[in-house]
Amino acid sequence: MELTYIKAINNALRQAMRLDSDVILLGEDIGALGGAFLATEGLLNEFGPERVIDTPISESLINGAAVGLAVAGMRPVAEMQFADFIACGFDQLVNMAATLRYRHGGGAKCPMVVRCPSGSGVRGGLFHSQNPEAWFARVPGLKVVAPATAFDAKGLLIAAIQDDDPVIYFEHKFLYRRIKEDVPEDSYIVPIGKAALRREGGDICFITYGSALYHCLAAADELEKEGVSSEVLDLRTLLPLDKRAIIECARKTGKVLIVHEDRVTGGIGGEVSAIIMENAFEYLDAPVMRLGAKDTHNAFAGPMEEYILPNKEKVLQAARKLAGY
Amino acid sequence: MDQDIELYYRLRLVREFEDRVSKLHHQGKIPGGVYSGLGQEAVVVGTVYGLKPDDFIFPLHRDLGAFLVKGVDPNILMAQIMGKKAGFSGGRDSFLHAGVLDKGVIGSTSMLASSLPVACGAALKFKIKKEPRVAVAFFGEGASSRGDFHEALNFAGIHKLPVIFVCENNFYAFSTPQTTQMAIEDVADRAAGYGFHGHVCSGNDLFAVMRAMEHAVNQARRGEGPELIECKTYRYSGHSEHDVASYRTKEELIEWESRDPIQRYEFFLEKKGYDAAKIIAETGGKVKAVVDEAVKFAESSPEPEGPEAMEGLYATPV
Repeated sequence: MELTYIKAINNALRQAMRLDSDVILLGEDIGALGGAFLATEGLLNEFGPERVIDTPISESLINGAAVGLAVAGMRPVAEMQFADFIACGFDQLVNMAATLRYRHGGGAKCPMVVRCPSGSGVRGGLFHSQNPEAWFARVPGLKVVAPATAFDAKGLLIAAIQDDDPVIYFEHKFLYRRIKEDVPEDSYIVPIGKAALRREGGDICFITYGSALYHCLAAADELEKEGVSSEVLDLRTLLPLDKRAIIECARKTGKVLIVHEDRVTGGIGGEVSAIIMENAFEYLDAPVMRLGAKDTHNAFAGPMEEYILPNKEKVLQAARKLAGY
Repeated sequence: MDQDIELYYRLRLVREFEDRVSKLHHQGKIPGGVYSGLGQEAVVVGTVYGLKPDDFIFPLHRDLGAFLVKGVDPNILMAQIMGKKAGFSGGRDSFLHAGVLDKGVIGSTSMLASSLPVACGAALKFKIKKEPRVAVAFFGEGASSRGDFHEALNFAGIHKLPVIFVCENNFYAFSTPQTTQMAIEDVADRAAGYGFHGHVCSGNDLFAVMRAMEHAVNQARRGEGPELIECKTYRYSGHSEHDVASYRTKEELIEWESRDPIQRYEFFLEKKGYDAAKIIAETGGKVKAVVDEAVKFAESSPEPEGPEAMEGLYATPV
């Protein structure tokens, strides 16, 4: 069936809830409204208020209660209304959820998912545009995923729900209704920790995730016409990174451009670059390059947002420079 | 064992254990921070004693006794405190951040009040699954200044969750007196703002704590919602064993020592007609033997290997 990215999320939640009565949802306005983006539309009707729980505006409570539900044997899926608001629930994730198994004996586990609508390009301004994934991608005990396709949105969400560890799931708002593709009706998983090769090529390699994937694919089409063959690797999971796939790409092409919508400084790209330097240095024909948002806040005005964010043209520009080495 | 005597045994065991941990710390046998609950024994005994094995408790750093009363093995507890391999967390964290799930003990973090939302989550599960269980979350008056406290109480009130919030008000958040922490006298007053009752009792009076707890637990099991129980008490030690507590007066300490929860209980035994002197002596011998054994076990337990620090991170490693 053909589903948009957001409908794939909705479909994954519905199927997971049908298959397992321990799966419950909690978040702000997720019930009657169906969530700010309608990710949970119709679920209150089907599963009732005991499994689709509207919470007060209390992100720390939402994440902390998810930990308590998980420890008591449930599989909660919490929603941050916007990924930006996760800052208010930060402690419960990095200190409470991430360490729970580590500091408890007897094989304690914390199976919970926190869904985070993230990303720019929608004129959201400073507090409705953030990409906070890098804050979490260095916290042992957490897993972090960021699907770019509708197929992955469903498969990674089901995998996250079935996983016995806390998973932070970054879903990109820009993709919600812009991506539509054929998605299997049945339940399936996309394994956590596995990147996907979206395009094969031999001259240069883009390593990317989230909405930036589409800038890379569009740029790769252009480059093809210019005689440059590009490989595109979609990371999909940011913690743990698929090191093998990253190293393989770098060794194969010798020229790597890392592209993400998050800011360059302290972003995932720095880590990917270091992995390449440590494992594929002898194969490189050019310095590893990074392209991300400029190091400023997510400004509101159109020309400013345009200036800050990566796009196809900026990717092309960087890729041509890379190919020229 | 007669319940009167059993309760006395618990009080003394907690004190003996706390006391020994302090001594071992001063001898350099326990690394890191030690946060003594000496003087607060009636709170942990009175709140945990009547709980069922499948009820959950969420103790904090000063609630070592809660572990013991909930049935945690004293040997393993001492090994945990010494950072040994046999501890619950296998040496991965110090003192009381660990928990023992099969005893219904969920460990907290050092971010005070952070376990209150977690307790709400567990209580929400009990409610959804119609299990007659309760979650008991401990916190100090200091923790009631944090947002987690307010977010948790608000949520518990809305959903009438089977959770009991036990405030151990010992009047100091580290060095900061209550008057600098809040403009009210009773933390219990805060419960009213979240739609449920806050009860104040003497935390040094075991029976007062037990009565308050019994009422709250029964109410929670009937599905009638949460309660906050504020136990006014006092820690004899500083915030940690490193703290000489220069911010309080000797007179204040003496005043509280004269309200000692264990001496008060011994007075009760005597008044009730028991041979108090005999019980005191016998119980003292018993608890000393238990703690001696725990120390022996923990000291002979090996240290974990360095690479074990990499274990226990994930239930499903990728």
